[in-house]
Amino acid sequence: MSAPVGQASLPAEQPKKIRLATVWLDGCSGCHMSLLDTDERLIELAKRVTVVWGPLVDLKEFPAEVDVTLVEGAISSEEDLHRIKMVRARTKLLVSLGDCAVTGNVPAMRNKFGASAVLRRAYLENVTLDPQIPREIVPTLLPAVRPVHEAVPVDLFIPGCPPSADLIFSVLSDLLEGKVSNPAAKFG
Amino acid sequence: MTIEELRKIAETEREAEKRYQHRVCVCTAAGCLSSGGDHVLDAIRKEVAESGMKNEVLVKGVGCMGLCSAGPLVSVETEGKMFANVTPEEAPDVVGSLDTGAGGPQECPTNVPFFERQKKIVLENCGKIDPERIEDYIAHDGYLALVHTIAERSPQEVIQEIIRSGLRGRGGAGYPTGLKWSTVAKTGEQEKFVICNADEGDPGAFMDRAVLESDPHRVLEGMAIAAYAVGAQKGFLYVRAEYPLAVKNLKTAIRQADRLGLLGNSICGSRFSFHVDIRLGAGAFVCGEETALIASIEGKRGTPRPRPPYPAESGLWDSPTLINNVETFANVAPILRNGAAWFAGIGTEKSKGTKVFALAGRVTNTGLIEVPMGITLREVVNEIGGGIPDGKKCKAVQTGGPSGGCIPEKHMDLPVDYESLKSIGSMMGSGGMIVMDETSCMVDVAKYFMEFCMSESCGKCIPCRAGTQQMHGILARITAGEGTPADLALLEELCDLVRNTSLCGLGQGAPTPVLTTMQYFRGEYDAHVAGECPAGVCAGVHRGGEEVAK
Amino acid sequence: MTKSTVRVKTLTIDGREVGAREDQTILDVARENDIFIPTLCDLPGLSTVGACRLCLIELKGSPRLLPACVTRVAEGMEVIANSERLDRYRHGILELLFAERNHVCSVCVVNGHCDLQSLALKLGMTHVHFPYQYPSLPVDASHERFVVDHNRCILCTRCVRVCDEIEGAHTWDVMARGVECRVITDLAQPWGKSESCTGCGKCVQVCPTGALSEKGKSVAEMSKRRQFLPYLTLMREGRK
Repeated sequence: MSAPVGQASLPAEQPKKIRLATVWLDGCSGCHMSLLDTDERLIELAKRVTVVWGPLVDLKEFPAEVDVTLVEGAISSEEDLHRIKMVRARTKLLVSLGDCAVTGNVPAMRNKFGASAVLRRAYLENVTLDPQIPREIVPTLLPAVRPVHEAVPVDLFIPGCPPSADLIFSVLSDLLEGKVSNPAAKFG
Repeated sequence: MTIEELRKIAETEREAEKRYQHRVCVCTAAGCLSSGGDHVLDAIRKEVAESGMKNEVLVKGVGCMGLCSAGPLVSVETEGKMFANVTPEEAPDVVGSLDTGAGGPQECPTNVPFFERQKKIVLENCGKIDPERIEDYIAHDGYLALVHTIAERSPQEVIQEIIRSGLRGRGGAGYPTGLKWSTVAKTGEQEKFVICNADEGDPGAFMDRAVLESDPHRVLEGMAIAAYAVGAQKGFLYVRAEYPLAVKNLKTAIRQADRLGLLGNSICGSRFSFHVDIRLGAGAFVCGEETALIASIEGKRGTPRPRPPYPAESGLWDSPTLINNVETFANVAPILRNGAAWFAGIGTEKSKGTKVFALAGRVTNTGLIEVPMGITLREVVNEIGGGIPDGKKCKAVQTGGPSGGCIPEKHMDLPVDYESLKSIGSMMGSGGMIVMDETSCMVDVAKYFMEFCMSESCGKCIPCRAGTQQMHGILARITAGEGTPADLALLEELCDLVRNTSLCGLGQGAPTPVLTTMQYFRGEYDAHVAGECPAGVCAGVHRGGEEVAK
Repeated sequence: MTKSTVRVKTLTIDGREVGAREDQTILDVARENDIFIPTLCDLPGLSTVGACRLCLIELKGSPRLLPACVTRVAEGMEVIANSERLDRYRHGILELLFAERNHVCSVCVVNGHCDLQSLALKLGMTHVHFPYQYPSLPVDASHERFVVDHNRCILCTRCVRVCDEIEGAHTWDVMARGVECRVITDLAQPWGKSESCTGCGKCVQVCPTGALSEKGKSVAEMSKRRQFLPYLTLMREGRK
C-alpha cells in the first residue's frame, strides 16, 4: 500500500493509489518525454499511482479529486488559462514541471515582441500561399506568456529544460513518501 | 582685507543707501522671475527715471521674499509695504504710492502669520539685498564672520563653536556638522576639499536655489570658514545645471569675493588660501548623494559607492573632503557672528536653529519659509500656510521628498525636528513640504514618488534598480484597478528588501512613501484593491460604483 | 626605515573564530575559511564595487547590513554571513535579477557554465515570484569575434572594470539610468565599430552570464576561461 502523498492537505488514509495527472500546456512535450525516460521505473510508479489524466488519457474532461498534477508548459492562450484554473481547482498538489511552467522559458520569448507581431511574422510575412492569421478553432493567444504560478498558486517547482528523468523520479518518489520539498535543480 | 576695510565698505554702502528716500526691492529670483519679475523691475526703474526721482528712489532687484504664490513681489523697504502680483503696467502706481502714500497696486499685508511666524537666519538677507553686489552683502554684516575668524580664531576654536551651536546637516540626514568638520580636520596636513552640495533635486523643493540666487555670498562665506576650520585649500560648488540664475549669481559672487581678497590666495593677508570652483550637475537626482556627487566632480559617471570610507576620510580624488549642504553652510556665518549660544537657544533640545521649507501643495500660501525647529506641522500648515483652500480638510503632509514619508493629519501636532519626523516614519529631508487634502489619493502619491525613484535610480545596485521598477509596477496595477491582496503583500516584501539592501540613500529611502502611506492609509490601498479610489483620483478604479472619468 | 609589521585581527564569522590581516575584507577571510558568501559583481583581481548586494552580511551590534566585499575586518567583529534574514534578501535580489531581463537558461550560450544560473541552484531558488518584466533588448553582433546580448546582462560591470583596470582600454562603460542602464562600447557605438577595443576578449571571459560570448558557440557551448586574471594580477604586483 502506498504512503500518503504530500502534506496534511492530502487525506491521511489513501483509499488505494495516488491519483496523478499530467497536463501539457505551452511546451514542447520534452518534460513529458523526460517523465517517460524514467523507463522501467515507470512500472514501479504504476504500482503506486493511477494516471487519471494526461496527453495520452482519452477523457473529455479533467477529472475531479486529483492528488498530484504535473504541469508542463507556460500559460500562453486563453485555453491554457482556462485549463490551469480548472486543474488547480481539482488538484490537491500542483507541480510546475520544467522551465516553461516555472519561468515561461522559450514560449515567453515572444513577450518582448507581443502576440500580434509574432502571429504576423509566422502566418503572414513568412507564408507565400494564402497568408492568414488563424482565428477559428484555435484558442486566442494571451498578450503575454506567463509562468504557471503567475496564473494560479503552485505547490512545487521542478526547474529544468527538461528536468532529468532521475530528478522527476526522485521528486515523485519523495511525494509518494509524503515529502513535499522543492528539489535542488538548475534552470535550463 | 582687514576688519577696518570691511567696515569701511559696509559704511560706504549704507551711507549710499541712506541717501535715497525710498528703497524699492523687486524680487527677481526664479519664482517671481517666471511670472515676470524682471519686467516689473525694468518698468519701475524706467518709471523712476522718467518721473525724475532717480536721486530719491533706489530700485534694486533682490532675491526671494518667500511668498512665491503671490509673485511678482515688490517691497518698499522704507515704508514697510509689500505689493503682490505686480505687473509692469502697475509700475507708475508703485512709484506713485511712494510720496503720496496712495494705495498703489494690490497690497500684500506683512503683519500676517506667514511673515510673522517665520524666523529668518538662513534667509535673513533674501529679498533684502542685491545678490549681484558684494557691497550690499557686506553692508548687512557679510564676511564679518570670515574676517574675524581668520584674524582671531584658531581652526579648532571655530570647530568647537560649530559643535556648541548644535548645527546639524540640512541636507536631510541631520549629521552633526561640527563632528563632521572635526573629523576632516583630524586627517592631518594634506590636500583637502570642501564641497557644497547644491544638487537640490527633490520634486518641488527650492530652498537651496533661493539661497544661492538671493544671497550667494552667504554660502561662499560659510564654505570659506569651513575650509579654514578643516584645513582645506580648494572648494567646489556642485550646482545643478537647471539653476542658471543661481549659477550666474554664484559666478559673479566668486569673482567679486576674489577681487576683494575674501577668496583666493592669502585671504585677509593670512596664510589661508581658498579657491572655489563651480561644477554643474547634469540632471541626475542621485548626484545629490555625496559619493555620487564626488564621482561626478571627478568626471566619472555619477554613481554612489559604499561607505565607509566616508568622504571625510577619503572623498574627492581620495582626499579628505568636507561635504555640506547649501543651507548648512548658510548657517555658519550667523553662528560665528552671533555666537553658538544664540543659535543653540533656537529650536529644540536636539535640533537647533531653523529649517527652510518649500511649502507646496494644497495650502493657501505656497512658497519659501524658514521656521524655528520645534514648530508644529499644524502651525506651519494652518498659520504660515494659511490653511487649506476651498474649505477642504488637510489629509497629510509629505516631508523629505521621494525618500520621505506622508504624515497623517493626526500627527500634525508633532514638532518639526529630526527625531520627531523620523519617529513617525518620515524624515526632515532637505526641506520639501507638500500639503495634501481630501482630493489627494495616497496610493497615487506613492506611485508618483516611486516613479521618480525608479527613473532616477542610477542602476548600479540591483535592489534599487529592479526593485523600484517592481514596486512601481505593482502601484501602477493598484491605481489602475487591477491590484490584488497578494500585490499588497508583495509590495510590503519589496519595500523591506529595497530599504535594507540598497547601496545608497536613494534606494534605501525609495520605499518610505509607500511604507508610510501603507501604515497610515492602509484603508485606501484596500479600497483600491476592492475597486474603489476614495479620493476619486485613479481613473479606472471605480468610485462608489461609478467609473471615474479620466 | 622600520618595516611595518602586518597587523592581525581576530573575528568570528558565523560563530567560527578566524584570523585576518587588517587590510582584508570580510569576503576575503570568509573565502579563505570556506565560509560561503554569495557574490556576482565581485571577481578577485578586479576592483570591488559593492553593487550586487548579494554579499550583504549582518554585523552584531549594527542594524545595517554591510557588503562583505568592501567591508574591512576589525578586531572582535562578529559577522553573521548566513541567516534566515540574509537568505531571504539574497533570494529576493537573485529573483529581481531573473525577472529584470530575459534570462532564458535553456537556450543560453553559457547554459551550465553561468554564474547566475549556478548561484540560483546553490541558493535553492525554485522560481521567481516577482512578475517577469520581459524588456525588449538588442543583441549586438557587430564585433567580428564576440557578441553582446543585453538580454542576459546583469550590469555587474565586470567587463567595464577588466577593460579599464587590466586591459587599460576602457572600451566598456554604462549608460542611462535605472532599468534603462546598458553596458556600452565607446560612446554607445556598435562594438564592431569601437576604435578603443583591442579585441582581447577579457570582458567576455569575466562576464558571469551569457551577456558576452564568443561567436560560433551554440547553446551551452561557451564556458569562461578566467585563469588569466589571477596570473596577470600576480605578475603585475610582483613587478611593482
